[in-house]
Amino acid sequence: MEKKHYERPHIVRLDAGMPGKSGLRSELPPTTHIDGVAVAELIEKYGSPLFVLSEKTIRNTYQKAYKAFSTRYPKVQFAWSYKTNYLSAVCNIFHQEGSWAEVVSGFEYEKAIASGVDPKKIIFNGPAKTREELVLATENGSLIHIDHLDELYMLVEVAESTSQKPRVAIRVNMDTGIYPMWDRFGFNYENGQAWDALNKIMHSGKLELMGLHTHIGTFIMSANAYAVAASKLAELARSLQQKFNHQLKYIDLGGGFASKNTLKGSYLPGSDTNPTFNEYAEAISSALINSHFTPGELPLLILETGRALIDESGYILSTVIANKRMSGGRRATIIDAGVNLLFTSFWYQHQVTVAQGTSQYREDTSLYGPLCMNIDCIRESINLPLLNVNDHVVIHKTGAYNLTQWMQFIHLRPNVVLIDEKGEVHIVREKEKLTDVSGSELIPEHLVKINQNS
Amino acid sequence: MKINHNLAVSESGFLFNPGTGESFTVNPIGAEIIAMLRNGKSRTEIIDSITQLYQVDRNSFEKDLQDFNGILKTYNLLEKDE
Repeated sequence: MEKKHYERPHIVRLDAGMPGKSGLRSELPPTTHIDGVAVAELIEKYGSPLFVLSEKTIRNTYQKAYKAFSTRYPKVQFAWSYKTNYLSAVCNIFHQEGSWAEVVSGFEYEKAIASGVDPKKIIFNGPAKTREELVLATENGSLIHIDHLDELYMLVEVAESTSQKPRVAIRVNMDTGIYPMWDRFGFNYENGQAWDALNKIMHSGKLELMGLHTHIGTFIMSANAYAVAASKLAELARSLQQKFNHQLKYIDLGGGFASKNTLKGSYLPGSDTNPTFNEYAEAISSALINSHFTPGELPLLILETGRALIDESGYILSTVIANKRMSGGRRATIIDAGVNLLFTSFWYQHQVTVAQGTSQYREDTSLYGPLCMNIDCIRESINLPLLNVNDHVVIHKTGAYNLTQWMQFIHLRPNVVLIDEKGEVHIVREKEKLTDVSGSELIPEHLVKINQNS
Repeated sequence: MKINHNLAVSESGFLFNPGTGESFTVNPIGAEIIAMLRNGKSRTEIIDSITQLYQVDRNSFEKDLQDFNGILKTYNLLEKDE
């Protein structure tokens, strides 16, 4: 006789009453397949934990975002934010779709060049560019976004020493009515720093002022904040036109669009409450079109959206290591993917589903990772089916920032695979080996032997 | 491991404790274990029975049974001497 499927015994006390302020519990169907590929097969072939990226979702999301803007504004250009996810395969998908590169360090700049991006289509942001990097970017004709006066003066020197005119914009920070106001990047609008910097650039005659840039914050839940930012940059552009008869080539609204993830402390899921690309596009396009620019003068609109373009295409597949009870009776489940891989679990309530069919029984569970560190908690409280050891779970919307901010900490990092549009699976980053970590270490002669036999 | 003999248990996994007025739901395996406890089966007999019927090894089920026993205790569903 064939044995029946096992589910661990479970009993729960019934509490009759009104639903809480978060409403009734939601139940999500199992995620048995991603883009037609079985989760169980992916884990069997490539190991657990496993990062999975969907090329189809990346391209669809990009196309949806581009369409939202290009149907409202005549000249739109996306620049892929490398820091969000700089796996070469991912960057190249965005470049194939038409994105420029937006980099924030010499390392990212080199990566973009190595991928074959036209240097003139690289935007070099960031507060810490070295002189050597500025010389290289100047000689390559890349777009350099100046963060502070020290960089501005250094660029003037670079221009003099290279006899080339760096192509520049300034980064502008401003009050857009949201909290917190990001003012650590660039020059402030309200107190006149930005206008002062623009005057210095124009009077120097050494730099080619191409545009204006702002990055108002991250995970911005109000599309209107971008309308305020666009209006303020348009005002600066008008002042430049009036005083210097200088017409800017572009306005760059940076990134910061919210993805569909749910921030910790939210009552409603991000997929229901966060602004859509259409809402962001409507706010920004209307602000620019309604400004002083005549139709022929409208500058190129550059967007450096990262998170909202890639978050939904990423998954982490993980396996249950153990179930246990906490001292207060709460169920705790340990899985093999922790905060070392899922940095974003510090601020998101990541959606977690199981990868196999289950009964209707659910249990309020704390979901922990495998690290021997108290901070390694993926979800403090989540309703999950009765998981057995070796069951698989799928963590959703992990495409942004995790593959750049992950850590080699306690465990080696796993394989990353990309499922292409035909359903073929490709390893795009191999799992780490001990030599990847210890290979760059050097041991002084007197520490080579550890005398364990004495 | 003796279950409170006053409990009312339905076949569909609904459990009522008339002593406290509390109600519970229990999944099918949990209901089978409670039924065996009501019939006076020992811990070893329960383990033998479940591991013969279900796709679970003895060690895994022993661990789950111990956990289930703990929850029954927490809910005051076991006899006081347990």
